[in-house]
Parts: sequence; structure tokens; C-alpha cells
Amino acid sequence: MQRSDMQRSEALTEADRLMTICNSCRYCEGLCAVFPAMEMRRAFTAGDLNYLANLCHSCGACYVDCQFSPPHEFNVRVPSVLAQVRHESYADYAWPRALAPLFRRNGLAIALITVLSIAAFILGFVALNDPTALFARRHGPGSFYALMPHNAMALLFGAAFLWAIVAFVNGARAFWNDIGEPASTLAQPRPLLQAVRDAASLRYLDGGGVGCYSEDERPSDNRRFYHHLTFWGFMLCFASTSVATLYHYLLHREAPYPLWDLPVVLGTLGGLGIVIGPLGLYAAKRKRDPALLDGGSRGMDVAFLAMLVLTGATGLALLLLRESSAMSALLALHLGAVFALFVTLPYGKFVHGLYRFLALIRYAKERHGDAQQTASS
Amino acid sequence: MTTDGGIADHPMAYDVVVVGGGNAALCAAIAARRAGASVIVLEVASKFYRGGNTRHTRNMRCAHDAATATLSGPYSEDEFWDDLLRVTEGQTNEQLARMMIRESKEMLDWIAEQGVRFQPSLGGTLSLGRTNSFFLGGGRAMLNALYLTAEQLGVDVLYEAEVVAFDIDDDRFGAAIVQRSVGKTRIRGKALVAAAGGFESNIDKLVEGWGEIARNFLIRGTSNNRGTVLDLLLGAGVDSIGDPTQCHAVAIDARAPKYDGGIITRLDCVVFGIVVNKDAMRFYDEGEDVWPKRYAIWGRLVAMQPDQIAYIIFDAKSASLFMPSLYPAIEAPDIGELAGKLGLDADKLSATVAAFNASVRDGSFNPDILDDCRTENLTPPKTHWARRIDTGPYYAYPVRPGITFTYLGVRVDHEARMMMKAGGPADNMYAAGEIMAGNVLGRGYAAGIGMTIGSVFGRIAGRGAARHAAK
Repeated sequence: MQRSDMQRSEALTEADRLMTICNSCRYCEGLCAVFPAMEMRRAFTAGDLNYLANLCHSCGACYVDCQFSPPHEFNVRVPSVLAQVRHESYADYAWPRALAPLFRRNGLAIALITVLSIAAFILGFVALNDPTALFARRHGPGSFYALMPHNAMALLFGAAFLWAIVAFVNGARAFWNDIGEPASTLAQPRPLLQAVRDAASLRYLDGGGVGCYSEDERPSDNRRFYHHLTFWGFMLCFASTSVATLYHYLLHREAPYPLWDLPVVLGTLGGLGIVIGPLGLYAAKRKRDPALLDGGSRGMDVAFLAMLVLTGATGLALLLLRESSAMSALLALHLGAVFALFVTLPYGKFVHGLYRFLALIRYAKERHGDAQQTASS
Repeated sequence: MTTDGGIADHPMAYDVVVVGGGNAALCAAIAARRAGASVIVLEVASKFYRGGNTRHTRNMRCAHDAATATLSGPYSEDEFWDDLLRVTEGQTNEQLARMMIRESKEMLDWIAEQGVRFQPSLGGTLSLGRTNSFFLGGGRAMLNALYLTAEQLGVDVLYEAEVVAFDIDDDRFGAAIVQRSVGKTRIRGKALVAAAGGFESNIDKLVEGWGEIARNFLIRGTSNNRGTVLDLLLGAGVDSIGDPTQCHAVAIDARAPKYDGGIITRLDCVVFGIVVNKDAMRFYDEGEDVWPKRYAIWGRLVAMQPDQIAYIIFDAKSASLFMPSLYPAIEAPDIGELAGKLGLDADKLSATVAAFNASVRDGSFNPDILDDCRTENLTPPKTHWARRIDTGPYYAYPVRPGITFTYLGVRVDHEARMMMKAGGPADNMYAAGEIMAGNVLGRGYAAGIGMTIGSVFGRIAGRGAARHAAK
């Protein structure tokens, strides 16, 4: 059930007021995708505002460039208000509905789930093996699976992954319905390709070309850099796991693999990415002017960054110490972190990527349609 | 630090003292600093409100020989001159104006070198896409870039620093006395660049020119353009230029704040409806010409109406033909109820609308050209885009005069040096921007020309002041 236009939240009402102001000014239209998308409308439904909010990359340029931002009485704060709308929209689109409250105190929820998950793996290892097994030295292929059979691992993580996929699909459908876009748009190759390009390059996380704004009117490109590390790090880790799964089932080669082998190389680079990237993003976030941020999203933002760092750091530690007696404990820690990361993906900051990507597809389509109309008129 | 009559001496003397903090001031400061001078900028506003009217600008008009990445075609010096001649109706100094236009060609590159970024013309401003270069992110983005460059070059900037007096000996500047929260400070300099804008936010001064009706005017920019520096200079024997009773006024939403409502309170719908005064009577041809050519007369027209208020009335057919603005239109299902909401006499407004509707001659409506939809036997007529106001719901915007800038300034020569009343140029005093705009723009306005005047004369003044200081 989406928020209807009859009962708008405070954030949506404020976003409506701001977009009306911005649409009368338009000085920011060259900065990103949000303002050109806004200009295609004269009045804003809740779905329109959710679309614009999810299109916003929070680079901050429109805030420092705005002649009406605080202390001006018009009090125009586009980045923080759209961040608030975005955060609310994540809960609105959550599937199943019963889990939407996880977004309310997201930092706490993610922390609890992670602790429970790690505890379950440690207890499981102890319960399934004799207690001393947790501290025994092992090495060579198959040493991980002595602690947890590969099929059990594959089943458990496959199920978690499947759950996340189903939740994403339902969330995506809710978003797509809310913004009023027909399903057929997704079948058009041109907007899809454009959105892939825009997302992969973080085209709109650049403050209109000079970089994001953090503490003042001096731009810097470090957020885009660290986000690239994070995103591509995540993708490399995913690739590492996928290759390892193929190795296992197609080549019948069992982990752990030698240091030079593809899963390890991909996983190491990816692990470094999801450790350094999120740390950089966190440092940038701490320095940012609070006026650019939605205070209510902080727990969610930090929780996701922390989850990535935990996953990456435990993975790298496992690699370094896999020959030592700490291996079993680290494996429990790492698997617990990864499991928690997967099951919470649909209920945390990760979903920003999903809705932003969809918003970029819609924008690419609108923009192209608009250009065609202009050309023919 | 020594004190003299409660005035502390600033610890440092500068080559160039720039008074003001907008485009002209920053161009002067950057140009002087690049020429090797030590420079201080004295801005009366706080850091947020820095930049005066530049905050609300969005483009500048520069001559160029060919299309660029952001300009759709060439704009020759001669064409620029023709446009200037047309809008000023000849009230311009040809020598200065032609020099400015010539220098404007270089300005696009120079301004970009100072970190300002351009973009193609904004949505809803297609008519300016060939002549005007739009700032990416608007005027405040431009200011941010200029301030950043100035600070990186080592220009000192003081905010909330109001110049309350000058030490001027005949035609020679010695120091500026600055009022700050900590008290008064004397800041010495070898040369002065005055770039402190006009007096549009000084209501008492507007009243001097316009009478009491000026108390009902709204000011489109900040409350900081009080004209103090202009007054001090004229009082010190600098020659004036421009009509002190004139200002550039457009009709803006009457619900706008007294100051700094900026671009978003403007209304582009006059041509699509009728405009009545508080007696519900029409008073001018709303369809005289396309809006970009006529918007600037409506401030004066409304100023001449009782209580300086008027109402644009239109119907559902026209509701989405123009740029949206900050406040929603006042809406009612019929004209009588609309009159009630506006505080107008319902019978009178109904009669005015009925008379207008009865005189409309059908044509083919086209908002992009001077179409053939007009009235017959109506005074005043509506000569284009006249369509019956007969499709509910009905809408209205209340409008008042919104003052953009004033024309009175200091007279300058081709080096941007102030001219003295006693004759001849000042020794070391330069001016740039709105404070001297009257030299080239004696009346009227063309989009983006204020920024051209500011940048071109700012750079000339800054270089001149630096050269003088080095002597």
C-alpha cells in the first residue's frame, strides 16, 4: 500500500513545496538529472516526488548554489529533504510489508541481525563439530567444508540470496507502480543502456562536473572515488563467489584456493574495495555539512557501510590467517557477516542502488522522449 | 594598532581596496591580484548573502563570433550595439558601450578561467540561447567560483564590513572607514574600486524619486543595496550619471517578501489574461508585444495604479502556458467568487470581464508569435492573444512593482576611472558594476547586460587600480 496523495508525510509536503520553488527558478537544471526531470512536470504527485528523490545522488551542489537556501526565508534544502523522502520511500516499497519497520531504526536492526547471525554460525560450528574443532589448524582444499559441508553452505546462502532477490523484485514493482511507469519501459534497450552507463560512472555524483560538496562551497571528488571503490569492490566480491561456485560444481575444485587463483584475486581486490571504500565514504559523511543530510537516515547509512567493512575485513583476515588456528573462528565470523549482509540487503541502504537505477532508466526514457518531441515540434 | 577618534587602523595597507562583493567587485579583485596587487574586498553582507544582485542573476551577454558548446550561434559586436541602442533609446555613451562590447568577447573565456562554468540556456529561456551565456548553477554558483578563486589567489575578504566613510582628498582616495561588529576600522589603500551596487533597497531614497508610492514597492534583491557608497562618492565630488528617479521595475507576485524574492516571484502570464487594478478596471494593452520585450514596463504600469497593486486574471485555458512561479494562483469557480477572494468588487470585475469577452474577435491563438487574437472597440485594447475568459476555474495573481536596480551612478571614463564634478578623472578611484552602469545603460534593460557591465568594467577597474598602485 503506497502513501496516497491524500495523506502525505511532512517530508513529501516539504518536497512538493521545494520542487515548486525550484521549478520557478531552474538555475540548477544543468547540475544533475533531478531538475530536468522536475521541469517535465508542473505539479507533483507523491509518486513524482519519490521518483525525483530516488534520482537525487545527494551531491550537494544545488544547496551551495541556491540563493534561497538557509538562512534565506524560503529555506530551500533540496538534498536533505529528498534524502528524507527517499528514506521513507524505502520503507514504503519494502517486501514483505511486515518488515517495513526495519527501516525505522535501521542501524539497531542491522546490528542485532548481524550479531545473531554470527552467533548462530559459531554455535552451529560448535554444535556440528566437537568444540575443539573451532581451534584446530586445518589447511588445504576442503578445509572450510570440514566445518560446514559445502552443500549446507550453498543451500543456506542460496536461500538467503533468493530471498533478497524476491524482495528486490517486489520492491522494484512497488516503486515502478508508485511512479506510474509502465512495465514496458524496462523492455526498451536504449534507456536501460543509458541507465547502466550513468550508474556505472556515477554520472550525477559529480556536483555538475567539479565534484560533490561536503563541508562548504569547495567541491571534492572523493565521494565518487570511494563510492566507485565500494561498488566495484562489491561486484568483485560477488564475482569471486560466483567463480568459486563454478569451480566447485563444474571443475570440482574445492576452496580454499591458492593465492594466485581467480576467486582469491577477485575476492582480495573486492575485499579491499569494500573496506577502503566505505571507510572513505564514512569519513566524507562525517565531514559533510549536516544541512545536506537527513539526520534520520544516519543509522541506516552507517549500518550498511559497517556491514560492508565487516564483510570485507573478515574475508581478508580469513585469507591471511587461513592456515592458522584462528581460521575456524574467522570463517564463522565471515560467514555470519555475509549471511547477515545478504538477508538485510532488501532492508537497508543497499536498496538505494536499486531504486536509483530504476529512476535513471525512467529518466533516460523521459529525456529521450522529450528530446524527440522537441525535435519534431 | 593605533586608534584615531575611535577608529582602529587596519593592520595592513593594501594596494587596492574593493568595496562591494558582487560580480564586478570580484572581477576587479581577481584582475588586480593577478596583476600583482595586494587586494582587500569589503562586503557589507554576511557570507551567505554576499554578492548583491549577482546572487539572483543567471547569465551574461557577451559578443562572440561563432556558436560555442553553450551558445547556439554568433552574436556580433554590431548586433549587440544595436540591441543596446534599442533598449536604451540612445541613452548610452557610445565610446564606452562599444569598448565594453568589444571587451565582452574576451570575457567569456576570462570568466571561465576564474572557475565559472557555463551551460546552454535554461528551460523556458530559449530566446536567449544565442546571445547569453548561462551560469551552471546560477548566480550564486558563479559567485562561489569567483570567491574561491579570489581566496586562492590571496585576496582578503571581509564580510559584514560596511563602508561608512572615505578619506578622499580632492580626487584622491586614501582609506575606507569600515563599520564592523568589533567597531570602526580604517583600511588604507593606494587605489579604490567602488563596486557596491545601486540603492534599490533603500526605500527612503526610492521615496525621494517616486514619492510615497515607493513604500509599496518590493525589492527583488537583498536588503544590502542601500547606496551608501554611491552617496559618499557623490558627496566627495564625484560626478554623477543617470536619472536619480529611475529604476528598473517589473511586476512580481504581490505576496513576495519585501526583499530577496528573486526570480521565482516573477509572473509570465500577463499576455494570457487581462490585468485589472483595485477598481477592477483594465489599464493597459496586455498583448502589446511578446513578453520578453514587455515584461519590464509592467512594474511602472502597476506603480501608477492606486495602492500600487494589480491583478492578472485568466482562465483554465491558459493555466499551463507559462513558467510556474512560487505562489499558486488564486482560484475560484466563477469570476464573482474570484473577485471576492481578491477583495475586488464582484460586479465591477464581472462587468470588466464581460466587456472584454464581448470585444474579443476570434483568431488562431499562437503564444509563440504576434497572433491575430485581438479585441475590437475596447479601451485599452488587447492587441494579441486575446481569448475570452470563459472557462472555469478562473485564476488570478496579485502583482506589485518589484525593483531590480537603479540607474543613478558615478560617471567614469574608458579606464573605469571616476570622473570628478570639477572636471577630469579621479587620481586613483575606479568604479564597476551597477554603481556605474548608467554610463552605458541610461535606461531600459537587456537580459544579462548587468553582468557584462560588471565583468568588463570590473576587470578594467581592477587592472587599472593595480597599475596605479604599482606606480
